Amino acid sequence: MYEFDWSSIPRSLPFLWQGLTVSFAITAVALVVGILWGTALALMRLSSVKPLSWFAAGYVNLFRSVPLVMVLLWFFLIVPQFLQNLFGLGRAADTRLISAMVGFALFEAAYYSEIIRAGIQSVSKGQLAAAAALGMTYGQSMRLVVLPQAFRNMVPLLLTQAIILFQDTSLVYVSALADFFGAAYKVGDRDGRIVELLLFAGAVYFVLCYGASYAVRRLQQRMTP
Amino acid sequence: MISIRNVSKYYGDFRVLDDCTTDVRQGEVIVVCGPSGSGKSTLIKCVNGLEPFQRGEIVVDGVSVGDSKTKLPTLRARLGMVFQNFELFPHMTVTANLTIAQTKVLGRSADAARAKALTLLERVDLTAHADKFPGELSGGQQQRVAIARALCMDPICMLFDEPTSALDPEMINEVLDVMVGLAREGMTMMVVTHEMGFARNVAHRVVFMDQGRIVEDAATEAFFGTPRSERAQQFLSKILHH
Repeated sequence: MYEFDWSSIPRSLPFLWQGLTVSFAITAVALVVGILWGTALALMRLSSVKPLSWFAAGYVNLFRSVPLVMVLLWFFLIVPQFLQNLFGLGRAADTRLISAMVGFALFEAAYYSEIIRAGIQSVSKGQLAAAAALGMTYGQSMRLVVLPQAFRNMVPLLLTQAIILFQDTSLVYVSALADFFGAAYKVGDRDGRIVELLLFAGAVYFVLCYGASYAVRRLQQRMTP
Repeated sequence: MISIRNVSKYYGDFRVLDDCTTDVRQGEVIVVCGPSGSGKSTLIKCVNGLEPFQRGEIVVDGVSVGDSKTKLPTLRARLGMVFQNFELFPHMTVTANLTIAQTKVLGRSADAARAKALTLLERVDLTAHADKFPGELSGGQQQRVAIARALCMDPICMLFDEPTSALDPEMINEVLDVMVGLAREGMTMMVVTHEMGFARNVAHRVVFMDQGRIVEDAATEAFFGTPRSERAQQFLSKILHH
């Protein structure tokens, strides 16, 4: 019978913690860039300027129709070489973290833009008319009147998507980047304790993500009295 | 002040406005009435360019609304508009609703905008609600805030699009009182409404619309005395019974 030996976990905690910070960093960057770029895409998609609308629709449909892991591989295999050539970096420069962040941000933006588009459409047309009637430009109406209301309605959905994003960061293992999952796997592999480490990593993901979704639910209840 | 000349508007093949012509002179109050679907709300929204129109011309204070060179935001900032559903900004306090366009569109200082807002809140008798959010107010109070918000911009003319249609009956008068006050002060007003009492009291002229056409355009006494068109007679007989 298999005998559990958890002793390699306490010894590796600093390394695992470092992995967790990588996961958090990718999540944070993809979240912020994804929401900003996603907002721009949503506004383009809703724009009456046809080419903008087509571009945004094409972008969103492309990224939603390919597996995330493949996008990450593109950015791991193709983009780094491109960047190295562009900036004249040495072959040795490690662009894995940057490419992972860029890949996630561009991929998540497609999902965020759909959430944000629905959020913008949930604000009544009359609000836009009222803002326009006061002399606001389209940009001011969006920025001051429509988007603040849209984001307020969307907060729970955006946070839920962020939790999924955090779990998905584990996919960077394809680039051998030591995020939390990658770090756990490496430790397990090194010490021959892969089962323990994967169980531990699973427990940590569960606690973090379940805790976060519980918090989102509480927030949602408070927002809709 | 407002000149509407031969304006037609289509949704595809359907003609919403059919060759409408009328004027609103400085200091004049005109009431636009007619059955639902007659195009009266569409017409008033054409005046500040919220609705585009395909034919004809609307000139407001010398500025052509349909001209593609016209800066609509600049024109709209000079026209106050009040909507059927108030359309206050729900994520801002009452005061912020009144100050935002003053600061962002007119470039007034925060202090000046706030002072103006408080003056107008006092005028619509809502000073006590300055720091509340629109959702905490009754419909009548919200509509009075909306009127104050429009007045904050020092408009040359006020457009009212069925301002009392979404209100409970007991709240209609508090809104009409504010509008009567404005009319008495000489504000130029174009009012789409079914409130015939208001029309009789303060309107200089009544425009009656049906199926996108202006069927009757007459001085108030003449309109209520002897409307010439049969449609207007039918409309009045229906609406005045209640």
